[in-house]
Amino acid sequence: MTAALALRAPQLMTTPPLLTMTGVSRRYSDVVALDDVSAMVYPGEVLGIVGESGSGKSTLLRMMNLEDTPDAGDYRLALPGLPGNLFELDRFARRMLCATRIGIVYQNPHLGLLMKNSSSGNVAERLLIAGERSFAALRGRAREALNASEFPLERMDARPIELSGGMQQRVQLAKAIALEPALLLLDEPTTGLDVSVQALVLDTLKRLQRDRAITMVIVSHDLGVIRTMADRVMVMRRGRVVEQGLADQIFQDPQHDYTQQLVHAKL
Amino acid sequence: MIPVLQVENLAKHFQMHHLGQRLHAFDGINFTLHAGEFLLLRGPNGVGKSTLLRTLYRSYLPRAGHMWYHTTEGRIDLAVAADVDIALLRRREIGFVTQFLIARPRVAAEDIVAEPLRRAGIPAAEATEEARRWLAEFGVKRDLWRAYPTTFSGGEQQKVNLARALILPQRLLLLDEPTASLDAGARAALIRRLADLKAAGVAMIGVFHHPGDVAGLIDREIELTAQEVPEDVAV
Repeated sequence: MTAALALRAPQLMTTPPLLTMTGVSRRYSDVVALDDVSAMVYPGEVLGIVGESGSGKSTLLRMMNLEDTPDAGDYRLALPGLPGNLFELDRFARRMLCATRIGIVYQNPHLGLLMKNSSSGNVAERLLIAGERSFAALRGRAREALNASEFPLERMDARPIELSGGMQQRVQLAKAIALEPALLLLDEPTTGLDVSVQALVLDTLKRLQRDRAITMVIVSHDLGVIRTMADRVMVMRRGRVVEQGLADQIFQDPQHDYTQQLVHAKL
Repeated sequence: MIPVLQVENLAKHFQMHHLGQRLHAFDGINFTLHAGEFLLLRGPNGVGKSTLLRTLYRSYLPRAGHMWYHTTEGRIDLAVAADVDIALLRRREIGFVTQFLIARPRVAAEDIVAEPLRRAGIPAAEATEEARRWLAEFGVKRDLWRAYPTTFSGGEQQKVNLARALILPQRLLLLDEPTASLDAGARAALIRRLADLKAAGVAMIGVFHHPGDVAGLIDREIELTAQEVPEDVAV
């Protein structure tokens, strides 16, 4: 029933979805990572994706970041100047799109940052790709993005390798939002951080979401994080979406056997 | 007069996979609610009053029946409406007031209360000012406005929650024991606010441990009884 509700055409919502993914499948040799996955995310919405390790949730997020091409499927972002299926874009066009319109924060900061460059330099790199050349503007905008991510500015020239995990995530976040992306992807952004740092990072994300209405997709195996952040939730298992719905419905009245197991294990 | 909500043959049960059984909640609920009407749900503990409220809010998915909600753009069946439509209605028109606050770590009381206004596009300063006005109205001490409610007492958390839930006028309000554990001052403030909202045309459906608290507001009642089809009784 919930899958049907999620895919049902809206009657009141007149804004089209920002992100539409249809029938995405991906196999890695004999492992099915994604099996006919479809998803929609509306502007300003936060979609949470939950599931155990190996459920395909991070693979799906990386598809959204065009890091891989599926065996089948269609991916569209309702943004000006973007033609049809984004999976058909060449490598250069993908890189430009991801650098300018999509931001991502990885669980592992090593994937998102050059650890031996300065933090401000990491953020400025994004701006350089987008064509910013003035040193003063680069530094000013990097500073602004770091500040919005609540990074202590007196440390903006420190290298990520010298920073704590929570600070590294803030640098990743600053880099991800520097160009005011239409879509922010978060892959286990607080996993491995201690509880108080986790709360600060989530608070920053919430604030960004509220003040800038950034559309977000957040992947986490931590149901508490998803509950705090998400408007809607997709539950994945073995590469398939087993259930999706409003976050409170998924947590209070889960329908699928697997979702019930997940929720009961947490609460 | 076009109603706000028409509920037809609404039924709910819970499928408990780990037990291999279904838990019956209610069947055959029927009622119609107009603007400015206040419907009280009555019945003993565990009979499904809160479950009905949560089903109407679509935190629970109904098993059968319809929940026709009338908007300016026509009617929509909340029982099967797309999730994004439900989310939209919750932002604009349908509120749920519970006694429990879901406090977020490190978010100040006044920011929690102001959030619905911010989401509706009201500038920060104005939203904060309004939030403070409602915190004061519900008797939350000024020293606590900038504090994090995660450490507040149950009663203080509830006041923050009520201020947040009632700050933005809705068309339909679902009230799940909002007066429970409130002190007299806050209870009076809540009842004043509900009376004002009712006079402004807000339709309400409520569960109250002590219905006497809102006796002056009630237009109609539904008595829920275990395993029986409830009757809609005019007061």
